[in-house]
Amino acid sequence: MAGNRPVLAAVIAAVFLGLVGLLLYGVLVSDRADRTALPSPLIGKPAPEFSLPVLHEPGRLFESRELAGQPYLLNVWGSWCPGCRVEHPVITRLAETKRIRVVGYNWKDEHADAMRWLEQFGNPYWLVLVDYDGRKAIDWGIYGAPETFLVDAQGIVRWKHVGPIDGTVLERDLLPALDAIGVPR
Amino acid sequence: MSARPALLLRVLAALLVALAIGAVHAQAVRDATPLEFRDEAEARRFHDLVAELRCVMCQNQSLADSNAQIAHDLRREVFELMREGRSDAEIRDYLVDRYGEFVLYRPRFGGHTWLLWLGPVLVLLAGGIVVARIVRSRSRQPLPVEEDQEW
Repeated sequence: MAGNRPVLAAVIAAVFLGLVGLLLYGVLVSDRADRTALPSPLIGKPAPEFSLPVLHEPGRLFESRELAGQPYLLNVWGSWCPGCRVEHPVITRLAETKRIRVVGYNWKDEHADAMRWLEQFGNPYWLVLVDYDGRKAIDWGIYGAPETFLVDAQGIVRWKHVGPIDGTVLERDLLPALDAIGVPR
Repeated sequence: MSARPALLLRVLAALLVALAIGAVHAQAVRDATPLEFRDEAEARRFHDLVAELRCVMCQNQSLADSNAQIAHDLRREVFELMREGRSDAEIRDYLVDRYGEFVLYRPRFGGHTWLLWLGPVLVLLAGGIVVARIVRSRSRQPLPVEEDQEW
């Protein structure tokens, strides 16, 4: 049946082009720095509740409900983490605008090391929570540092970034995310 | 000659620094205390479970194989959830709620994974249909009679 030939040829061409497209997409994606970042299932869901020690006030436990009513940025860091040093100036610049509270989440770090790190580079944080053994971090789906979460005034996780926040991520993703939840400029 | 090794050392040091900065999403290193199982059955259940869970940091290893710190933390978490009497399904749900479907080496069948599960079957089916149509259309054609056959 000669009439089927063009149809068959078209199907084969379509499949071939589809595969080429898929491979091209794979190549383009492989260039992105965040290609291995996992999408957080927490987006759109209430932030986990916690009760964690405060770095600068030994003995005090901070309850997650004390953060309610105002949006905040939760920035996971550790003095052992090179990426945290990379993003530190960007986080500091954002914190200095006082647009949003930046809460530090000191993850699996030694107290003295954390204090020294903040002393050396400056403390941009409104508050630093301590998760020494990383138990609470599992509730947040944290698997490395730095990671950053945006939580709105209702306590809903609205945005997450895995890896350092550089100027590009700030301009392209974080500032629009702040606008989207209505944080005044 | 003495300048050479110094230069080499400096290059090596620069490379090491570059490598360290390259690993931007990093892990703390801390000693891992081994888990202690009550009996053989508990150990077997634990190992079966973590072999099916994926490490979120080193993404092509299972939780059982990985040496990453977060894999150690998650193994401990799985162990403690087991001790709390949670079922395997509950433990999987617990991790999926926090880290996403990615942690499962065998993703569940659902609205967003149907293509993953059924895709190969669909492709096989499509191929089968194409082959069947070609075979049928050829069988309807009379055998070509070639005039200049030599036998």
